[in-house]
Amino acid sequence: MNVITVENLSKSFAGMPAVSDISFTLPRGGVLGLLGGNGAGKTTTISMLLGLLVPTAGRITILGHDMAKSRFAALARMNFSSPYIALPSRLSVIENLRVYGHLYNVPDLARRIDDLAAQFNLGDLLPRLAGELSAGQKTRVALAKSFINRPEVLLLDEPTASLDPDTGDFVRSMLERERSAQHTAILLASHNMAEVERLCDEVLMMKAGRIVDRGTPAALISRYGRDDLEQVFLDIARDPRLAA
Amino acid sequence: MNASARRIYGLVYRHVALYRRSWPRLVEIAYWPTLELLIWGFTADFFAHSNAGPAVLAGTALIAGVLLWEVTLRSQIGVTFTFMEEIWSRNLGHLFVSPLRPTELVVALIAVSIMRTILGLLPATIIAYLLYRFNVFGLGPVLLLFFLNLLFMGWWIALGIVALLFRYGAGAEALAWTIAFGITPVACVFYPVAALPFWLQPVALALPAAHIFQGMRAALLDHTVAWGQLADGAALNLVWMLIAVGIFSLQFRAARIRGALISIGE
Repeated sequence: MNVITVENLSKSFAGMPAVSDISFTLPRGGVLGLLGGNGAGKTTTISMLLGLLVPTAGRITILGHDMAKSRFAALARMNFSSPYIALPSRLSVIENLRVYGHLYNVPDLARRIDDLAAQFNLGDLLPRLAGELSAGQKTRVALAKSFINRPEVLLLDEPTASLDPDTGDFVRSMLERERSAQHTAILLASHNMAEVERLCDEVLMMKAGRIVDRGTPAALISRYGRDDLEQVFLDIARDPRLAA
Repeated sequence: MNASARRIYGLVYRHVALYRRSWPRLVEIAYWPTLELLIWGFTADFFAHSNAGPAVLAGTALIAGVLLWEVTLRSQIGVTFTFMEEIWSRNLGHLFVSPLRPTELVVALIAVSIMRTILGLLPATIIAYLLYRFNVFGLGPVLLLFFLNLLFMGWWIALGIVALLFRYGAGAEALAWTIAFGITPVACVFYPVAALPFWLQPVALALPAAHIFQGMRAALLDHTVAWGQLADGAALNLVWMLIAVGIFSLQFRAARIRGALISIGE
């Protein structure tokens, strides 16, 4: 069963195409990687999936809801995390989690926050102001917020950007745990190829707003005759035939 | 609590938590209303002591005008400032991808605005009584109607400003502080509509404030309730609110098409 179905999705800004006629699906419990260089259309695609942007053409269905008609029903069962969107820095970690617990109508919120604090090692951080945390601590808090409603669909935009290898590994392990425990479907936009290889079942390679290739990490590596996904990424990024 | 009420509560809680630990923010809420009252209160006091009779009544109307006009200013700033807190803390992205509906966002902003208005005006109301022997509650139960009408006026002005923030981004934030102050000359807070030039009077009469302050002066000076003025003020408020909601909805939709919800703080 697909939790995300994207059909012929396009977005233009003042006549300039940012995303052109892309289609893909994400099954329940699957992890789909969205790869591409800067300006490839990843953020625009994620913004459309989240309802922040209205598509120029095409259709998005998430958890059975047409996002053009009933996005709030889907948003209640989804969540999102990005290091580029902050949580209020003058609120403590526990206050931030309470705010989002209420926004997502989480039952038995106090217990849920306790569980998340244990899962994400936030115990000592709960009374601290979000603005006083390190980048790694902020990422853990943002991820805890993104899991607060036990999302069936989770959209992650570079979840381990600017993290040290140890924290990055912690985050990836945690995503693997949550995925298997909750069957959460994850759409992951990342520039970290090792992370994508480790986490994703399927990868969409985007360039100039189009999906130029797709497949499992292993299939892509094999198809391009390379050793890892980073080399595949570079091949695609530097192939002039795939330019706009 | 149902899901919608809980989302509104969640956003209100976010701002209460912010104010609870920030005394500068709390001081800021009461600072301007108190300052305005002191300036105009001493001015009124001076005239009242230099001249007897009508000057005393005019001074009373001046203090009442200052206090009641602050209701509109504070309720407007309460909504727009609360919205801008979300822009400044770069939190709008999280809010707009949550199940929080735009109507719930507006209701939460209004709830915070009510709290800010009451907190902001409480010290000024007490000072008006202690320093100038002016008891705003002496206006009687009709005060509630003045208060609600002026509160409502602040909200539709604020919705219009938030719509401008959707359209022009944080660059338009200066409007949040200036628009309502700019309306003051035609709000006829301290003088009747007839005091304005003939060509400006229709502008004043199109605003609820002019009718409400006519009603306030009738209550203070003639001890009568000008029901007609109050009804005109309420009707105009309704019309302006419908226009503001329409503009807000159009600009919110346009912002989702342009991608402005993502870059509103830039």
